[in-house]
Amino acid sequence: MNWLSQNLHIVGQLLADHLFLSIPPILLSLLISVPLGRLAAGSPRLRTPLLTGTGLLYAIPSLPLFIIIPALFGFSLRSPATMITALTLYGCALLVRGAADAFSSVPQDVRLAAAATGHSRWGLFWTVELPLAGPVLLSSLRVVTVSTVSLVTVGAVIGISSLGTLFTDGFQRNIDASIVTGIVLTVVVAFALDALCVLAARWAMPWQRAVSRA
Amino acid sequence: MNLLIEAVQWLLDPANWGEPNALGMRILEHLAFSGAVVLVAAAIGIPVGTLIGHTGRGRGAIIAITSGARALPTLGLLTIFGLWLGIGLEAPFLALLVLALPPVLAGAYAGVESVDRATVGAARAIGLTERQILTGVELPLAAPVIVGGLRSAALQVISTATLAAYISDTGLGRPLFLGLKTQQYEMMLGASILVALLALIVELCFQLVQSAAARRAEPQNGRQHRAHSGARERIEA
Amino acid sequence: MWDAPGIVGLPDDREEPRVIEFDAVHKEYPDGTVAVERFSLIVPSHRVVALVGSSGSGKTTLLRMVNRMVDPSSGTVSIDGVDVRSMDRVKLRRSIGYVLQAGGLLPHRSVADNVATVPVLEGRSRRQARADALGLLERVGLDTALADRYPAQLSGGQQQRVGVARALAADPNILLMDEPFGAVDPIVRDQLQAEMRALQADIGKTIVFVTHDIGEAFALGDEVVVLRTGAEIAQQGAPAEILANPADDFVASFVGAGTAQRTLRIRQVDGRDVVVDGDGRPTGVLER
Repeated sequence: MNWLSQNLHIVGQLLADHLFLSIPPILLSLLISVPLGRLAAGSPRLRTPLLTGTGLLYAIPSLPLFIIIPALFGFSLRSPATMITALTLYGCALLVRGAADAFSSVPQDVRLAAAATGHSRWGLFWTVELPLAGPVLLSSLRVVTVSTVSLVTVGAVIGISSLGTLFTDGFQRNIDASIVTGIVLTVVVAFALDALCVLAARWAMPWQRAVSRA
Repeated sequence: MNLLIEAVQWLLDPANWGEPNALGMRILEHLAFSGAVVLVAAAIGIPVGTLIGHTGRGRGAIIAITSGARALPTLGLLTIFGLWLGIGLEAPFLALLVLALPPVLAGAYAGVESVDRATVGAARAIGLTERQILTGVELPLAAPVIVGGLRSAALQVISTATLAAYISDTGLGRPLFLGLKTQQYEMMLGASILVALLALIVELCFQLVQSAAARRAEPQNGRQHRAHSGARERIEA
Repeated sequence: MWDAPGIVGLPDDREEPRVIEFDAVHKEYPDGTVAVERFSLIVPSHRVVALVGSSGSGKTTLLRMVNRMVDPSSGTVSIDGVDVRSMDRVKLRRSIGYVLQAGGLLPHRSVADNVATVPVLEGRSRRQARADALGLLERVGLDTALADRYPAQLSGGQQQRVGVARALAADPNILLMDEPFGAVDPIVRDQLQAEMRALQADIGKTIVFVTHDIGEAFALGDEVVVLRTGAEIAQQGAPAEILANPADDFVASFVGAGTAQRTLRIRQVDGRDVVVDGDGRPTGVLER
C-alpha cells in the first residue's frame, strides 16, 4: 500500500496507457468481424477458408506477433500502432468465428418470416439478424475484451508501456507490490470493460431479460 | 521487408543450427517444457473436470475459474513467481500451469456435461456401473470436446512459453530476448517466425486428433451433414 | 367489432378480384431434386384453397412461389393476370399476408411491434401502427394487455393468433398460410380453426394454405387439392366431393375414407340418433 501511494501518479498514467491500447482493438475487431462472420454464416463456400484462416491467426504467439507486425507494416517496434494491429488481429481470430456462430444461430424460420413480411435484404440484416445474433455475439465479445486487456501487458517486455510495465519494472527492481498492483489492476480493468459490454447489451437487447424472467 | 529476408537468412544459416545449445536444442526445450506443462494440466484438469461434469456439482466454480483465469496476465504471474521462487524453471512452469489448467478443466467439464442425459440414463438403466458409464459412455462421447480443451491449452502454452525466457534461460524465447537486448532484430524476428510455425504445426496436429475423436464419437455425423445441406431450400431474399 | 383501424377505410378492396393462377410451374433445384412438376391451378377470388399432401409433395414450395420466396424454374404465377416476376419482391411480399407455423414471430419484438411490422415498413408512424395493432389483437381474440409482451412469453395458441393478426395488419387481399395451426395442441387447433372460419366469413380474403392434416384442410378449405410427390394433383374439389368420391386409392388412404375414423353410422339410443364411428365409439348426436 505504501508503494502504491508513492507511485499513484505513475500507476494512473500506465492505467490510461493500458486503456488506450485495449479499447481500440476491441472495437475494431468487432467492426471487422461482424461483416466477415455474416459472410461466413451465409455462404458454406466462404465459411471454411474464413474460419480456418482466422483460427490459424490465433495460433501465432503474441510476443512474436508484436515483432513480426512492425517488420511487415513498417511501424516502429514500440509504437502503439503495432500493439493495436496485433490485438485487433487476435480479436478477429476469435470474433469472426463467434460472429459466424451468432449469425448461424438466428433461426431459419424467423429469417423466413422476416423475408415473407417484406423486409429487404439490408433491412433483414439490421433489424432482424443483427439483433438476434446479439446474445451469441456478446459472449464472444466478452472473451475478446477480457483476453485483450490481459494481452496488452505482454507488450511491456518490448517496451510498450501499459500496466504490464509494472511487471517488468517490479521484476527488475525486485518490488513485489508493483507486480501485485499490476495484476490486480489488469484484472479489474478486464472485469470493468466486461461489465460495460454486458450493460450495453442489456440496454440494446431488452427482450432478452423479459424472456428469461418469464 | 529487408528485415524479413534477413530473418529468413538467419533461420537458414547452418551456423545457428549446428552447435549444441543452438536452434534445434531450443526447439526441443520449448516443446518438452510446453508438453510437460500440458501433461500436468491434463493430469489435474481432466479427472477434476470429468468428475464435475459427471456429478454436476461445482459447476459455478468451474465457470468462475475459467473466466477469471482469462483475465490474469501471464506476464504478471511469471514475474511475481520469479521474485518469490527465484530464477529457474519453477516460476514459468507454475505461471503456464495457471494458463493451461482452465481450458483443460472447462473442456473436460463441458464435454461430459454435453453428453445427452438420456443416453446416460439409458446406460444406467441397462445396468452399467457409474465407473462403466464414465469410461464407456461419457468419456468417448466427450472426447472431441476434451481434446478441444487440450488443444487450446497447448496452443496458449507454446505461445506463451516464449515469455519464460524473460526470467529463465529456456526455449525459443531465448534468441528472441537476446535479439531484443542486443538489437539483433533479424534474430528476434527469425525466432518469432519459428515459434509461430511451431504453434501452427501443433495446432494442425490437434485438429487432426480432434476430428478423429469426433468421427469416433459420432460416426454417422458426416453423412447426415451432407444430406441436409443438399436438401436445404434456398430462400430468395 | 370489425371496425378495427387499418382494415376499415378500404371497403372496395373486397369487391376487387384477387385471382391467383399457377400456370405450368416447375421447380428443380441445382442438385436435381424436382420439388414441383408442371403444376397448374386457379385459386378463385375470395375463396379458401387448401393444398394438402405429405412432406415432399412440394406444397410449401408452391405457396412460396406466390410471394416470390421461391421463383419457379419455368412456368408463371400470376395475380389478377399479372406475372408476379414482374413485381418487386419486397413490395409484393408486403402486399400479401403470410402466416407461418408457430406464428413465425420475431422474438426480439413485442407482440404489438410484431403486428405493426409491415405497416411500419410501409412508412406508417410507429405510434399509429401500434394503435392499429391493438385493434387487430382484439380482432383475433387476444387481450390487448399482451401487446407489450415478447413472443416467448405467450402460449403456442396465442403466438399463432398474433401471427394471423400480423398477416392482416396491412389489409392484404391475399393470405398465405403455411401449416398455420400445426404447432398447437388439438383442442386449441379446433378453436383456432373455428375462429378462422368466422374471420374469413367477415373479411373474405383469397386464402391459400398448405397442411399435411386432411382434417384441417376439410375444416377450412372451400376447395381442397390433394397432392402427390412433386405437386402432382391427385384430386381437387370441395371437401364433401373428395370424401364421397375419392379419385383413387391414394386419395382414399390419404383422406382416411373407409377407415374407422371417417365412416360414421347411426345407432338408436334411448330414442335418439347417436352417431358412432367405424369402431362403434360414439362421436355425437344427430339432430334432425
